[in-house]
Amino acid sequence: MIGLEVLYVIGGAFFAAIAVLSARDATNPKRWKNTAFWGLFAVSFLFGSHLPDFANGLVVIAMVLTAGFGGLGLGLPATTGPEERRESALRLGNRLFLPALAIPITALAGTFLFKRPELAGLVDPKQATLVSLILGVFVALAIAMPMLRAKPITPLQEGRRLLDTVGWAAVLPQMLAALGAVFAAAGVGTAIGQIASDWLPSGSQLAAVVAYTFGMAIFTMIMGNAFAAFPVMTAGIGLPLIVLHFGGDPAIMGAIGMLSGFCGTLMTPMAANFNIVPAALLELKDRNGVIRVQIPTAILLLLANTALMYVLVFRF
Amino acid sequence: MLSLIGIVVVVVGFMARMNPLLVVTVAALVTGVAGGMGPVQVIETFGKAFQENRYVSVVWVVLPVIGLLERAGLQERAKTLIGQIQAATTGRLLLLYFVVRQATAALGLTSLGGHAQMVRPLIAPMAEAAAETHHGPLDDETRQSIRAHTAAVDNIALFFGEDIFIAIASILLIKGFLEQNGILVEPLQLSVWAIPTAFCALAIHGTRLMLLDRRLARTLGAR
Repeated sequence: MIGLEVLYVIGGAFFAAIAVLSARDATNPKRWKNTAFWGLFAVSFLFGSHLPDFANGLVVIAMVLTAGFGGLGLGLPATTGPEERRESALRLGNRLFLPALAIPITALAGTFLFKRPELAGLVDPKQATLVSLILGVFVALAIAMPMLRAKPITPLQEGRRLLDTVGWAAVLPQMLAALGAVFAAAGVGTAIGQIASDWLPSGSQLAAVVAYTFGMAIFTMIMGNAFAAFPVMTAGIGLPLIVLHFGGDPAIMGAIGMLSGFCGTLMTPMAANFNIVPAALLELKDRNGVIRVQIPTAILLLLANTALMYVLVFRF
Repeated sequence: MLSLIGIVVVVVGFMARMNPLLVVTVAALVTGVAGGMGPVQVIETFGKAFQENRYVSVVWVVLPVIGLLERAGLQERAKTLIGQIQAATTGRLLLLYFVVRQATAALGLTSLGGHAQMVRPLIAPMAEAAAETHHGPLDDETRQSIRAHTAAVDNIALFFGEDIFIAIASILLIKGFLEQNGILVEPLQLSVWAIPTAFCALAIHGTRLMLLDRRLARTLGAR
């Protein structure tokens, strides 16, 4: 059955290739740091499931020490210039969109097909979307490679060009997910829930709703993830006050509470995959550039959520 | 309460603009020790969690094909295509992407967008080209601002669309949590109440995108 382990081997092979190509790139002044960083990441991908936890921890720490001081370098794989790209775009026309669109289309089709009973057992149904996305990459390559008459090494070099622009930020979302797990194991959530319920304004319905929606947004900003904030805030404020004390509707509380958390996600660097990684991918000078654009919408929407919950939750 | 020290590390570290990988690792180690774990146990917990979350990073495997297509002029082609449509302004184009992204996410089709697959190769160059068609060449600051807007549209449309779909992770989490506390709700009951916020998001961010067009016209002038 195709599941996460297969994807980890594919990912590991990719990161290993990046490490090797970085080592051979003399234009990168920090090439050995890049080699070490992506090489260690490849080790984690290829052998992480079989290594003892302690060894996995040491691999992470070694990666952090490699990239944490002075960052990684930028390789300069041979690519095309603006003029060549314009000519190539003119020559190939809309055919260029075909491989690009093959990725989401395969991802979609696979997500549905792999869950059908006839195909059961082929792909882990829990990972159908991720497997289909990676399958989409191979479909796109199968279309693009002959169309562009590309050498086998070319996609890897171009992939390295993009991965180098993202740099260490590529690993940040996974690191933050791991931090969340340590937070959970050390009881950070319960401690915050304790603080929230100690400070709880017990008077009015409005105060309870405001404490819950704003609490969801703020705690999400701290944890970087509304999923981590939801159980803590709902157990601390939502259920005892809004539902049990004031008789609010639990479905409305839960739905709008989660969406208030999403407003927090838009405003925090801790949600790296949504905020920091795209800033790197789009080559923004300001690491927080995406967050800055999102803040006005996030605040207005948080107020809208608070108003919606106050109006709806005690009425149904 | 001592375990909250990790949060302080994170906030201070991010504000001081230290390398986030270092900040996160120090926060994890400090939190673990403050929470009563021994040093070895903290490293084990962190290593195990890192290993179990590798699926988050699998998505980088899309970069080779995106890079290959960029090399062949995908961004240039996207620019040409949008430059031919006179009605396409940056704000309108992003609003159209917002509506499509939000509507497809509401149907559970969350994999139709994404920053690496969609925004960098297609949406960002299109948004820049639309501005160039109407206002001439862009200065660097404007280009950066437009790019940041393209990433924001993908996020906001996704977040406030996906909860309308009944089988999305967040809806299942809410249902599961309420169930543990003895309250039974159907996923549909939850997703229905995501609809008012979805319309608010569309109205608020749609208005901002129209204002973006006006700002571009004001600062850059017509071509």
